[in-house]
Amino acid sequence: MKLTKLAAFAVAAVVAASPVLADLEFPSISYRTGPFGANGAEVADGFSDYMTLLNERDGGIGGARVNAVECETGFSAEKTLECYEATKGNGALVYSPLSTAATYQMIPRVTADGIPLLSMGYGRTSVSNGDVFSHIFNFPGNYWTGASVIVNHLLDINDGSLEGKTIALAFHNSAFGKEPIRTLETLGEMHGFDLTLLPIDSPGQEQKSQWLQIRREKPDYVLLWGWGVMNQVAIQEAANIRFPMENFIGVWWSGSDNDVIPAGAASDGYKAVTFHAVGSDFPVFADIQKYVTDAGLSAGDGGNVGTVLYNRGMYQAVLMSEAVKVAQAMHGTADITAAMMRDGLENLVITDDMMEAIGLKGFGPNFEVSCANHGGPGLGAIQQWDAETQSWSLITDFGAPDMDVIAPLIAADSAAYAAENEIASQCN
Amino acid sequence: MPDQLLFAIEVALNGLMTGVLYALVALGFVLIFKASGVFNYAQGVMALFAAMTLVGIQKGQVPFAHLINSIFGTDIHHFGWHVPSIIAIILTAGVMVLFAWIVERYILKHLVNQPEIILFMATIGLTYFMEGFGDLMWGADLKRLDVGLPQGINDMIDITTAEWFGYGFFIDNLDIVATIIAAILVAGLILFSQYTKQGRAMRAVADDHQAALSVGISLRFIWVLVWSLAGFVALVAGMMWGAKSGVQFSLSLIALKALPVLMLGGFTSIPGAIVGGLIIGVGEKLFEFSIGPLIGGATENWFAYVLALLFLVFRPQGLFGEKIIERV
Repeated sequence: MKLTKLAAFAVAAVVAASPVLADLEFPSISYRTGPFGANGAEVADGFSDYMTLLNERDGGIGGARVNAVECETGFSAEKTLECYEATKGNGALVYSPLSTAATYQMIPRVTADGIPLLSMGYGRTSVSNGDVFSHIFNFPGNYWTGASVIVNHLLDINDGSLEGKTIALAFHNSAFGKEPIRTLETLGEMHGFDLTLLPIDSPGQEQKSQWLQIRREKPDYVLLWGWGVMNQVAIQEAANIRFPMENFIGVWWSGSDNDVIPAGAASDGYKAVTFHAVGSDFPVFADIQKYVTDAGLSAGDGGNVGTVLYNRGMYQAVLMSEAVKVAQAMHGTADITAAMMRDGLENLVITDDMMEAIGLKGFGPNFEVSCANHGGPGLGAIQQWDAETQSWSLITDFGAPDMDVIAPLIAADSAAYAAENEIASQCN
Repeated sequence: MPDQLLFAIEVALNGLMTGVLYALVALGFVLIFKASGVFNYAQGVMALFAAMTLVGIQKGQVPFAHLINSIFGTDIHHFGWHVPSIIAIILTAGVMVLFAWIVERYILKHLVNQPEIILFMATIGLTYFMEGFGDLMWGADLKRLDVGLPQGINDMIDITTAEWFGYGFFIDNLDIVATIIAAILVAGLILFSQYTKQGRAMRAVADDHQAALSVGISLRFIWVLVWSLAGFVALVAGMMWGAKSGVQFSLSLIALKALPVLMLGGFTSIPGAIVGGLIIGVGEKLFEFSIGPLIGGATENWFAYVLALLFLVFRPQGLFGEKIIERV
């Protein structure tokens, strides 16, 4: 605590001595239009509102105001790269494209430009090996930890054994959707369950074949790895064939309010894994109401506050702003660069005390980032939808994934990338 | 009966039902193409706009609320009433007629006698305009569509087939309703075009613009009429697809499912749209069922186009399209 106070004092002293501070540039690559616009808008609102809160309530971060200008992509990887090229020269500190496809394309670019990228819960899973991916971070969770947390939940509700069980994976037929397959196959061999793969072409409006197959084969559980309309259709189709919703579990990108509302009462009981809490019962939301919504400064119309995806965008802003504080303390300046931001992200430590001070006690798990581990421990919880109250609730605590399985997969994938791109060890 | 055969029958039946939903989208394209030679790229976004308008009216949403609130500093979102579904559908149909009139008045009227490619490009522009305009008017958030359409497995079919074959077939109630509505729609369109003055005028314009004009048929009125009919078809398609997925941008992408149907059935035939939809629906589902597992699945999107291309090779005008005769 003393160190924190000293660091804060040092930053304050530097701020007081500095004549004019440049803004902290957070280009917000977002998509409020296009096939995934309904989801993208919620994430963008949460991110923007929290950054606005920091400016209005605290005067920025460490005395430097935040400038989070949105760049609309319509979920096009091409436009995402255009946004990146157009904004990187403005002193951009960190990027977060909210797209696995775009993340894959941005990895070599941001690394070459020395700008960090945070793909929180998406992107290339093996970037959590910071020894290879020096500028890419994917804390606090990734697809493989998410898949493992789901399997752990299934083990918990099956007295520790999945022997002879059948699990179907309905996945978006893309790099994003295919990410968990290796992990689930390995976990299947370990725990004795059979995995059936059901690819669904983008955007996923027509899934009749896949759900007829599920109806015929009657798997014990169905996992959903989708985004946007694919999720809504999948949950409706599951309801149509009367698949038990409590046996239907999505990744965190298949667990938003948007995914369950169209199916109405039929979606009751649907589950999803998550890396943060749900709802708006946290003190920070009172501040957002007072300093942002009531002041007419909301990024949207204020209607998204507290939804799953709004919370995720806000959580991303929280983690980025905390990393800024770390960077400011490390380098003794409020006016940080992208290189300093990278240091801040790499030395980020999230504790209960910090989350309580932010007004988000219990919102996310404690974790530490390090040079070798850019992904954190990958803790996850299971949330469940109550159609009557139209709300999600956490039905488990944040639990650890099976890193004995995941760590070798991360090591193998990142080693292949390092060999292919001739990348030397970054942490020695 | 062997299990695999039963499954194949179930898949084929569901393919037929899905084909009807594809045909509903394709119908809108056919109506406009037949009457004006314009391939209306905006048909998908018309379905989205119609569905958004339906939900907006039904829920008493204030149009352009976000814009109004931003400019005037107000905080209005809803009128506070809930409009019954049937009235909301009628009002939405009225909005689509108004939309047709605006399209004719401000776009098509100025493009008379222009090459078809120019008209096609104009509909591309219209698509992107409508995407933004719809978002501005009703918001880009996902909306739940609830007009009382039944959804879920049809118990009667499930129980009956279980008694007969020992395996209960899955047929979605929504698909049954869509089939009935599509049948009524097609019958209505055929009756309208055969037995009403406006319908005959529409056919005359479709056959020969110049000849129709020479006998006093108003081209502009016919264009408003066909765009209104296409708007109504878009509303029906938007309702059916929107009931499955909620009303959101992706609804506009259903147009992509109509393209192979049009290639197969022909751009100028209403029965062609229906038959094309059924063939595509059954074909893609059976292919996914039988071959899909052998080649990794997710075959439906591309197989529909392969099937349509195969038909094109042997019958370029489509199954029911008018034969292309070029005289030198």
